Amino acid sequence: MIWKIVLFLLIAFVSIAGITFPIVAKPEHWYEFPLIMGLGENAKIIFFHVPTAWLTVIAFLMSTVYSIKYLRNKDLVDDIKAHSAAQLGMVFCILATITGAVWAKFAWGSYWSWDPRQTSIFALLLIYGALFALRSAVEVEEKRAALSAVYSIIAFVTVPFFIFIMPRIMRGLHPGSADDTNAGTVVNFKMNGNMQLIFFLSLIGFTILYYWMWYVGYKSMLYKEKLNKQYH
Amino acid sequence: MSSFELQAENVSKVFGRRLIFKDVNFSCKNNGIYGISGPNGSGKSTFLKIITGIISPTKGKVIHYFDGKIIESEDLHNYIGFVAPYVILYDEFTAVENIHFFSKIRGINFTQEKLDFLFQHFGIFDRKNDLVKGYSSGMKQRLKFIFALIHSPKILFFDEPTSNLDNSGKEKVYQTVKEESQNNIVIIASNEDSDLAICSSVLELQDYKI
Amino acid sequence: MSSYALFKKDLASELRTRYAINSLVMFIVVTISVILFSIGNEKISDFLSGGLFWVVIFFSAMSGLSRAFVSEEERGTTLTLQLIASPTTIFSGKLLFNLILVFAMNIVIALLYSALFEAFVIKNLSLFLYAFILGNIGIAIASTLIASIIAKASSKGTLYPVLSFPILLPLMLTLIDLTKQAMDTTTFSSSYVELAILGCYDVVMIAVSFMLFDFIWKD
Repeated sequence: MIWKIVLFLLIAFVSIAGITFPIVAKPEHWYEFPLIMGLGENAKIIFFHVPTAWLTVIAFLMSTVYSIKYLRNKDLVDDIKAHSAAQLGMVFCILATITGAVWAKFAWGSYWSWDPRQTSIFALLLIYGALFALRSAVEVEEKRAALSAVYSIIAFVTVPFFIFIMPRIMRGLHPGSADDTNAGTVVNFKMNGNMQLIFFLSLIGFTILYYWMWYVGYKSMLYKEKLNKQYH
Repeated sequence: MSSFELQAENVSKVFGRRLIFKDVNFSCKNNGIYGISGPNGSGKSTFLKIITGIISPTKGKVIHYFDGKIIESEDLHNYIGFVAPYVILYDEFTAVENIHFFSKIRGINFTQEKLDFLFQHFGIFDRKNDLVKGYSSGMKQRLKFIFALIHSPKILFFDEPTSNLDNSGKEKVYQTVKEESQNNIVIIASNEDSDLAICSSVLELQDYKI
Repeated sequence: MSSYALFKKDLASELRTRYAINSLVMFIVVTISVILFSIGNEKISDFLSGGLFWVVIFFSAMSGLSRAFVSEEERGTTLTLQLIASPTTIFSGKLLFNLILVFAMNIVIALLYSALFEAFVIKNLSLFLYAFILGNIGIAIASTLIASIIAKASSKGTLYPVLSFPILLPLMLTLIDLTKQAMDTTTFSSSYVELAILGCYDVVMIAVSFMLFDFIWKD
């Protein structure tokens, strides 16, 4: 119970601080954020957009790890864990894509411009979509678990190729990417202490939130399975 | 004589939420005829597929020994002959082509005499160069026995071996089973009394349907 | 050797039934003519024609390459294959068949395409050839593996491109980039990394395929 209250306070603080703390050219008070050239007020998205993108990746990683575990032990609980992670990953992936696109409209002038990270998140969206399409097309539980586990592993090994090829083909627009001449590397850091603090608090808060959601999701799927078994 | 041994310990299979069978023990050695029976849906075919290594059991294990050594699952297929209604041969090839391709893929050689003998034995020699597409179900069944015997397997699995066969076909099958059982293991899954009559022991699968 | 025998079986079966070849040839014709119609009398840029080349290849591959496993599943002969060969043999036999099919198909596409599209001029032919060969191998491996997955699922036809696209995407992006480079310059120096990426993709995919195929193939 206690950690739920802590989580609530953490997320509440991050949300309020992230939105209301003013951005000024020369921060003097502890609650003022520095102005980052070329970003302005837009910079505040970092507290919400980056955690969603981060969780998309974490969920994908977790889903792959549980997929490998499933193929090793053939325990359907691992499949449920992987599936629950993938479901959340899909949700965060959509959130990251939308928040990113809206932000890009104001910062870069268009919703979509195939920046390397936009392309990566798009590829992840496709992978998640394919995974769910595959799951709905296989009836037998064991077969469904095995095939989706295999598919997530195949998808996982393609990710490094994206990381290598993308920056060579497309120009990076994201703050912090190698081609970004405007702001320099944001995370390296035009942020000052308080901004970093809130950024990392937000990251931690969202990660705990994700873990909690994942846990509830997989437990509820497990109970659903058990109930179904009883009435059959 | 070389020895072949099959051991299945506490084999259980669950399909999704449905229990097919539980803790089945089965073993056989060297030679002889063994039967498996049980009502429809009791999992006879599933059990056969599990002990041939085609599908894996939910619990328990199946081990094959040849000359006291465990056979790896990669090599198991060449020790096994299998006849079943769900074994399907290629329609677009002739009977002889089917057997030729299968033997090449297995990586084994056979003599022309053996091939001719088997075709003669099962009474489809005259039509061995016809496309399987044009075969009747009884002739397909006869061809499946050739498919199962051509590589001289150590253990034979016959699932409903006499289905679709006329009386002379059934006689051929029983004769084959008896000949093969001199040196090899023959396992028959069936509900026909005449099939089970030639078995030295019969494993009854329980029905778990409610 | 047994995988070569399986390949010969598939080839003989294909020549007799023409499961894949007929629809594949028609698909190539249809895709190219759709592109030609949509271009009309417009002049398209060189780079666009280089990209569209791989679009034709992707969709043609999606129409024909799934047959390798789907045809066995539809005829019910999967079990028969399981009885006569190990998973490794099956996968390498099917892969060999798809490799030949991909190369034949893509050579036909390349010839047709360069005859029909004036903008499609390759300056650095050897660079394009390296990319073409490594790319074809990658397409064959990935699509054979995905074909084995979708053969076990329902709604196979629509599922195939959906599952293949994310897996083939890094390969396709690299190939499109390399084609641009081959149309642009005659030097190699800037393309080594891309070629290395293609080579790595092929190696990684083949390793993953042989590791995971057992889980797909066995029920």
